Amino acid sequence: MSHEISARYSVGIDLGTTHCVLSYLDQIKAAEDTSTEVEISVLSIPQLTQPGVVDEKKQLPSFIYRAHESELNPSELTLPWPTNSEALTGTIARQLGSKTPIRLVSSAKSWLCHGGVDRHEAFLPMSSPEEVTKISPLNATVEYLSHLRHAWDHKFPDNILSEQNVTITIPASFDPAARELTAEAANQLNLKHLTLLEEPQAAVYNWINACGDNWRDHVSLGDIILVVDIGGGTCDLSLIAVSEDAGNLTLNRVAVGDHILLGGDNMDLALAYRVKAKLAAEGKELQPWQIQAIVQACRDAKEQLLLENDINEVAIAIPSRGSKLLGGTLRTSLTREEVNETLVEGFFPHVKIDEHPIAARRSALSQKGLPYAQDPAISRHLAAFLSKQVNAANDILSNAIDRATVQNEADSFIKPSAILFNGGVLKSPVLAKRMLAIINHWLEDSNADKARLLSDADLDLGVSIGASYFGHIKQGKGVRIRGGLASTYYVGIESAMPAIPGMEAPIEALCIAPFGMEEGSEAKASEAEFGLVVGEPVHFRFFGSNTRRHDEAGIQLDQWQEGELDELPELQVTLPTEGRGAGEVVAVHLVAKVSEIGTLKLEAIAANSTNKNEDAERWQIELDVRN
Amino acid sequence: MNIDLSSMPTSIDMIHLILASLTLILFILLIKKPKQVISAPAEAVISSPDIEKEPAVDKTITEQPLQLKETNPDAALQLLTLLQQDARFIDFVKEDLSTYSDADIGAAARVVHEGSQKTLNTYFTLEAVRSEEEETPISLPEGFNASEVRLTGNVVGEAPFNGTLIHKGWRVSQTKLPKIAEGHDTSIVAPAEVEL
Repeated sequence: MSHEISARYSVGIDLGTTHCVLSYLDQIKAAEDTSTEVEISVLSIPQLTQPGVVDEKKQLPSFIYRAHESELNPSELTLPWPTNSEALTGTIARQLGSKTPIRLVSSAKSWLCHGGVDRHEAFLPMSSPEEVTKISPLNATVEYLSHLRHAWDHKFPDNILSEQNVTITIPASFDPAARELTAEAANQLNLKHLTLLEEPQAAVYNWINACGDNWRDHVSLGDIILVVDIGGGTCDLSLIAVSEDAGNLTLNRVAVGDHILLGGDNMDLALAYRVKAKLAAEGKELQPWQIQAIVQACRDAKEQLLLENDINEVAIAIPSRGSKLLGGTLRTSLTREEVNETLVEGFFPHVKIDEHPIAARRSALSQKGLPYAQDPAISRHLAAFLSKQVNAANDILSNAIDRATVQNEADSFIKPSAILFNGGVLKSPVLAKRMLAIINHWLEDSNADKARLLSDADLDLGVSIGASYFGHIKQGKGVRIRGGLASTYYVGIESAMPAIPGMEAPIEALCIAPFGMEEGSEAKASEAEFGLVVGEPVHFRFFGSNTRRHDEAGIQLDQWQEGELDELPELQVTLPTEGRGAGEVVAVHLVAKVSEIGTLKLEAIAANSTNKNEDAERWQIELDVRN
Repeated sequence: MNIDLSSMPTSIDMIHLILASLTLILFILLIKKPKQVISAPAEAVISSPDIEKEPAVDKTITEQPLQLKETNPDAALQLLTLLQQDARFIDFVKEDLSTYSDADIGAAARVVHEGSQKTLNTYFTLEAVRSEEEETPISLPEGFNASEVRLTGNVVGEAPFNGTLIHKGWRVSQTKLPKIAEGHDTSIVAPAEVEL
């Protein structure tokens, strides 16, 4: 091993929409004893569970509560470490927030990937009274990380977190700006050795770790592994192709899905509304607080009813809020049939491979809110993904000896041969079985072999465990998934054409970062020059495509197919006037880099001028524009 | 009534609790090695048909003064708080059940049962003292741990004792109660709630 071990621990952080998990691996111990499997532990995170009570839990709920000054006694907010943060994080935040939602920040991660808002702006909790202190999606992320860092430093004062190898997982569907913001949050905590890893990849690493050296026995050349990760708030999809390099099996992440805000929380809500309707039919009207209680009760009942057992009905009791428990307790039940109808048929319906979600156009006047998926059917989203990515593995597998699984011309979707599940929702055997059945149905309909399920480890903690395993093998031996950029990126250039009323000015797309660009590499978008006005912010339209895999940097597209390019939040660059006259135009080239951390960096490089050191002048292009 | 609150949720009746604490104290005095774990002893009946249940408790070693220690109420209050919070335990026990129908009581009992179970599973790791099936014959060798296994019935003769396992017993192998902030008033097991 040429690489020196730089830190004692490889730490994996799953920064989830609904909760965070931190796991770690002692690299020194692993290096000393290579005979046994590496040992990965999950950190018990001390957190307030009620005022004055600190408990250790493996998960830190990703919630922040901004308490009113007279709400809590300051002496009851003591954590094992000194803190000056006014925000309460973890179980207590969720607890207090369930009764006082105006002070609760939730789903900050989904906001982090929302291009329609300024993610540096403090606006969470949304639509709460003015006197509630607001926090930005970025700072909320910093709060969660900061809590984890305190918990770590408290446990390992001699090996503080900022000195360890830290791998933070992000959804594969995160856009470049959201990745950059996650890295920025980590930066604020001074994490020195940081890498970002896509969650579905982390799930694969977790699987590899669980298999040990035997993982090669479970997959073979030409396999296409579909990773389905359904968490509390999001649904994340990825495809991994198994190829061969110098006789060794290699894994290649060939496609990632769109950002779908659809997960377990939607399912609990759907059940709660079903129960509410049932009670309403009996003439029982529910208060908002009772709905909260029902959601919680449905979550528990669902777990029972989604097991393969013969429980057909679970009673749901909603206690009164007052001290009189008897008489005030509402009683109803949830049946297996209802759960089947609502969850299995509602979220996992049997659909044909060509039935895709209908994208309802959001009205321009819609309230500032999260772009939740309009269609709750996960199977339709999956069908759309597999159809869209029909050619995803062709390049990688074109040389494969076993061409059995390589796509035929006539195929309408990519055919996965193995499936890996991740995320809390798929812990339910009923749902996992249904998901597998749907996929196999598609495969059988097109005369392909059934896909097999790769046996899974802990679906709740797997991402974090996979991340610490990745952080460890990254610097030594072990199989790494090849990935790079999961999209091709373009900037929009308005063509010089006369405006036609009622029609948008035609736009051309200049490719600046090709698909699969690897960490630490740089791409220059040909000789195309842009004239930037000095002293004022210049905006670019920015596009991504996760299907156009062959566009080289510098290629200019004047047309593309519907749905091929997705518009991302615009880019911005400001050139300081330094010595130039206001209004002067500077010619620049655009250069894209993928940092070692895994974030995309765009720079404008002066075409003709140099700085004092005779180097070409460079300006950073902002991915997240502050409006 | 001095009942060890941490044993409350198990289904052992009062006599056994009192017997348990008594024997525990006697046993501690005997071997001067305090036990870390709290447990409800397993119960083995020595097979003999004619002797009734109530055993004569061994009172031979009461010469030295007993060392009784005061328990810290904080942990007990904390457990009450947890049970009230998750299971509405105090609300339930404080109610007068006489005026309510079984259906009402049943609805409330679900809240209490589900919540208590959650609390118990979260903060205690419970295991059976004896792994044998209840109502099956078992043999206790000489020197068995008398605080773990309670002999009843025809308690005569020498070890090994052959009898029937009546109750498998419970042992808390791990307790993981949350920490409490300095100055946290544990006597407030449920704060009053005012909605604005």
